[in-house]
Amino acid sequence: TFVQRLTIYKHFLLPLFLTLVLCQHLNPDGLQIVSFKWHHVEAPYIIAVWILVASLAKIVFHMSHKVTNVVPESALLIFLGLLLGGVVWGADHSASFTLTPTIFFFYLLPPIVLDAGYFMPNRLFFGNLGTILMYAVIGTVWNAALTGLSLYGVFLTGIMGPLQAGLLDFLLFGSLIAAVDPVAVLAVFEEVHVNDVLFIIVFGESLLNDAVTVVLYNVFDSFVAIGGENVTGVDCVKGIVSFFVVSIGGTLIGIIFALLLSFVTRFTKHVRIIEPGFVFIISYLSYLTSEMLSLSAILAITFAGVCCQKYVNANINEQSVTTVRYTMKMLASGSETIVFMFLGISAVDPNIWTWNTAFILLTLVFISVYRVIGVVIQTWLLNRYRMVQLEIIDQVVMSYGGLRGAVAFALVALLDPEKVKERNLFVSTTIIVVYFTVIFQGLTIKPLVSWLKVKRSEHRDPLLNEKLHGRAFDHILSAIEDISGQIGHNYMRDKWAKFERRFLSKLLMRRSAQKSRDQILNVFHELNIKDAISYVAEGERRGSLAFIRSASTDQLVNVDFSTQRPSIVDASVSALLRGNPSSVCLDMQAIEEKRKSVRDKEDTLSHHVLQQYLYKPRHQTRHKYSRHAITPNTEDNKQEKEIFRRTMKKRLESFKSTKLGVNYSKKSIKNYKKDCMPRKVNPEYSDIEEAHEHEVAHQDIGISFIASATRQALAETYNGIDNPTFISDENVMVRPAIPPWLSNEDTVVPSQRARVQIPWSPNNFRRLTPLRLSTRSVDSFQMADGPVPEHPRMTLPEGTHL
Amino acid sequence: MGATGSAVSRVPGADEIQKETGFSSAHIYRLYDRFQVLDKDDNGVLSRRDLQSIGELAVNPLGDRIIDAFFPNGVETIDFRSFVRILAHFRPTEENRQREPNASEPLNSRNSKLKFAFQLYDQDKDGKISRAELLQVLRMMVGVEVTDEQLESIADRTIQEADLDGDGTISFEEFKKSLEKVNIEQKMSIRFLR
Repeated sequence: TFVQRLTIYKHFLLPLFLTLVLCQHLNPDGLQIVSFKWHHVEAPYIIAVWILVASLAKIVFHMSHKVTNVVPESALLIFLGLLLGGVVWGADHSASFTLTPTIFFFYLLPPIVLDAGYFMPNRLFFGNLGTILMYAVIGTVWNAALTGLSLYGVFLTGIMGPLQAGLLDFLLFGSLIAAVDPVAVLAVFEEVHVNDVLFIIVFGESLLNDAVTVVLYNVFDSFVAIGGENVTGVDCVKGIVSFFVVSIGGTLIGIIFALLLSFVTRFTKHVRIIEPGFVFIISYLSYLTSEMLSLSAILAITFAGVCCQKYVNANINEQSVTTVRYTMKMLASGSETIVFMFLGISAVDPNIWTWNTAFILLTLVFISVYRVIGVVIQTWLLNRYRMVQLEIIDQVVMSYGGLRGAVAFALVALLDPEKVKERNLFVSTTIIVVYFTVIFQGLTIKPLVSWLKVKRSEHRDPLLNEKLHGRAFDHILSAIEDISGQIGHNYMRDKWAKFERRFLSKLLMRRSAQKSRDQILNVFHELNIKDAISYVAEGERRGSLAFIRSASTDQLVNVDFSTQRPSIVDASVSALLRGNPSSVCLDMQAIEEKRKSVRDKEDTLSHHVLQQYLYKPRHQTRHKYSRHAITPNTEDNKQEKEIFRRTMKKRLESFKSTKLGVNYSKKSIKNYKKDCMPRKVNPEYSDIEEAHEHEVAHQDIGISFIASATRQALAETYNGIDNPTFISDENVMVRPAIPPWLSNEDTVVPSQRARVQIPWSPNNFRRLTPLRLSTRSVDSFQMADGPVPEHPRMTLPEGTHL
Repeated sequence: MGATGSAVSRVPGADEIQKETGFSSAHIYRLYDRFQVLDKDDNGVLSRRDLQSIGELAVNPLGDRIIDAFFPNGVETIDFRSFVRILAHFRPTEENRQREPNASEPLNSRNSKLKFAFQLYDQDKDGKISRAELLQVLRMMVGVEVTDEQLESIADRTIQEADLDGDGTISFEEFKKSLEKVNIEQKMSIRFLR
């Protein structure tokens, strides 16, 4: 009937419409009933259509997994752009749509950079800030200077033919082509999974080199305008000074706006619906303000995102957090798509095409070569001071992953053809360079990395022993690093944490958020240890029974293809292969082997279980930044929870046996407030509200032992990605395993089963995020939610304790 | 945070430590600094509790075992010298060491590193890793989803692979042999900051 209705309408309405239009034509001076007002809507209509086209293109691309595995999405979008550009050109014979610098710098770039800053793993970023700054500043200056000078040198030899360009023009070109582009880097690194440190270095570099690029570009641009002969030494000095002003100024603006934003969100409790809006508006204002003051706008919006993360996530309510995350990702992803598509379209404009083989080829050669040299030298220097060394493969990825992108193109399009006579040549060259890096380097970087990784790892079947002990060594090494303080323990960081806690949080965080953060530490004092251990013991027992896997071969197949990283959308074998070539390689062999004898089957299974279930050491966790997906990091939480439980359990057992002796009175058992558990799977974890407390001397000691141990643990800084946006909703809290202080006689463990479950409201959950942000991941499962004012207190049924 | 000559002299027994462990004086100074940070009650010795307060160790599967390694033979506290001695196991191995016939093996040789790791497994110090001890370690290193049966079968296989004399346990020599292709020098070394 719907189709019938449609046809009816089609047959009815269309003639009606046409009739009306006809009437108008017949009587043009009369009243227009319906008119075709194209120009009225032209501008927004075209914009909307382009956005639609870009989004549709994405759908089409992702229908074919085979293609998207090999070709990075950015390359596909460029091809599409070229196609569309051809269509437009064919239709119109003029380049009506190009990536104008205005649109790019005002509308397309800010969301991408804001997204980068907001989801930046702060701890990792600031931990490697020195390295990042070195690559960003010195590396970019090195690239720019050498490229410009070499091109000029070659020009002087005459190979390039007659060009109306002087030294300054070449330096200008060098400065805009030298900078690594954040958009392109992100797009490609998303496909290539590299380790945290490497990712943050390249990515951080691409963001922070904006200051250098802006300064160099503006300086050389004005020099060119003034004319080469009029440049004085004073101007050069001014140039250097302007670098510092631009970068530091931009950063300060970003920080100021971040503070403003945090402060505002403190008071938005009653306007929850528009809370997300503040984030975007204020960040965008920071960008524009910085642009207005001719400071580095990218730096401003990056640092606005970086600094406001924590407070915004603490202050605004949970749904707003989600809204902000999704909106940001959507805007950034959309912008990136449009940018790459327009990069394709803009190329189809014969008016700008000037071909100069030598120039183009040499540019490509120079930027690649100088980048490699620069990276190698700087890495050698930095490795003398870094704890985590950057190896050859890292350097290869860094050099090869230095992609140029839309920023360079937009900058070159900004050049004034009057001042820079060879603008068209520069534009053409930039387009070719961008295409080369994005397409060719983007295509080949993944195979290159896989080849290198595989080449470096052993090509034989590791023995079970090697696997097991190897992993043990990793853990041992991590532990020794932590003990000897070689990673992370930093005087400055402690001072900052103290300052931040005393002043900033008080100012910028909602009072309720602060309170719950403090209460968490206090409430931990009040734990019902006996209950906790029996929960956990039971849970573990039940857990291991519940998850029995049979050793059948069917199971083997299933286990092979289950993804180890639940965050990955694409759970196919190719995704596994993409992620971790060497390990999956072994599993594949294991699968093949399964057809052999029973003994081998068991062997395979053992390998397999180890492969999947061995805890990962710290430095193997992957980076979790992703443009196109919001990834909850359940895996690491789970691992840490389990380990922590066991550890605390053992520690208390030994503590108790050494310090306390065996017997003590039954009647003094402290009851403490506890908190909720993950709302999902484990029914045995539930909560109890406290009834009352008893004072007991030795329990005091034990409790204070735990409390101090964990307070210290809580207070220490966290070595990892502590961005709250990656907290999954589920597995955040687990009661730590603490052995009961039981005497050897039976103590009453009766109607603990009669648990009262606190309804888990989002507000409760949300309040835990501040602590998660500021300190260790350890917190995530120590957090006891403080008494929520709006929650009625629930008391235990009688006779539960004692 | 550089080390000056006078600063190093504040470290008790710096010279002997340097000779015994091979750390440079800058390293020793830095480690002493760390020792003092860890030593919460400032009495010049570290107790188990001090080490347990390092949060990262609580989420390390082998954290407690390693802490135990610092307190051999049931001692309750360790001084700076013992602290550094253990850490010295993890210094990068020097290539082309002069092999003096009567000098004791340096703490950071491949053999010493392996011995340290072996002692983590071998809790009862009988020089062999029994099946039970291996099971214990396995249990610590593996997620809760792995059942006991699976774990036992893995332990059995592991012992079978390494056990050359068929006694059902792994001796130190067998342990070493099973790891002969692994680059221990790299896997068990960290670069100490200057």
